[in-house]
Amino acid sequence: MHIQVNGESRQVREEINVTELLQDLQLNVERVAVEINLEILDRRDFEARRLQEGDRIEIMSFIGGG
Amino acid sequence: MSDDRLTIAGREFRSRLWVGTGKYKDFVETKKAIETSGADVVTVAVRRVNITDRNSENLLDYLDPQQYTILPNTAGCYTVEDAVRYARLARAAGVSDLVKLEVIGDERTLFPDTAGLIEAAKILIKEGFVVLPYTNDDPIVAQKLVDIGCPAVMPLAAPIGSGLGIRNPYNLKIILESVNVPVIVDAGVGTASDAALAMEYGADAVLMNTAIAGAQEPIAMAEAMKYAVEAGRLAYKAGRIPRKLYATASSPIEGML
Repeated sequence: MHIQVNGESRQVREEINVTELLQDLQLNVERVAVEINLEILDRRDFEARRLQEGDRIEIMSFIGGG
Repeated sequence: MSDDRLTIAGREFRSRLWVGTGKYKDFVETKKAIETSGADVVTVAVRRVNITDRNSENLLDYLDPQQYTILPNTAGCYTVEDAVRYARLARAAGVSDLVKLEVIGDERTLFPDTAGLIEAAKILIKEGFVVLPYTNDDPIVAQKLVDIGCPAVMPLAAPIGSGLGIRNPYNLKIILESVNVPVIVDAGVGTASDAALAMEYGADAVLMNTAIAGAQEPIAMAEAMKYAVEAGRLAYKAGRIPRKLYATASSPIEGML
């Protein structure tokens, strides 16, 4: 199925959950925030939350800033 | 100076120099500059993760959140909605409820939209955030921010990254006299004397980024800023002499020939 991750279209397997998506992207779960269709997820829900066709996902992290 | 701690919303801070993490050439330089500055509060921005470059490093691999208080900002947000969204994302990505709240009003000056700032602060405070607002050097707005529950205010010295120093020392002095929470002078510092001056006026801390990161030798400037903030604080506590128009001799007349 297709989802949008940080503005880019991506093909992922059906039923994938947020933890698995982050693993596929080699991202540290402890260092990111995830927003799905404008809803910010609690980190504790990453495992249980399965993605759906067309979901718009934003993965955010800290970078240098003032 | 070890007992001269800054307390905000029950959190104690050792250093009165707070630093940003932007504009450094790499994370190694960022880390070195921050270590040298002695700061224990560091600001960060919240942005999309680079998902195409899998080797990209994370800033927090260089700045241990156990060692530093990570203060996320809402830089780049021009609306209340965006600032609130970024603050919530920061909380979800991080370890605390602290946020340096910015609602920017204009691209050229990056001055705060203070009406939007107050509105966004109200929403976030209701959600349990500890809101440290980046505000204008306006005493009335500063007091309003305190009234709605901000545990500190962060008035600008001058536009972000401008290096102009304290453009309106009289407003800053009025803010320092009128609010009963810590005042952190944020943005516009150009060099060590600007930071020292802010502290001499009685500011509780100074927050800067470009003044260090943009210096020709950032590590050396980080050290200069550390001493400037300490010197300014000590001078403030020591109490300066009044300014007088005419001389007063330092050497006694008595005993002269």
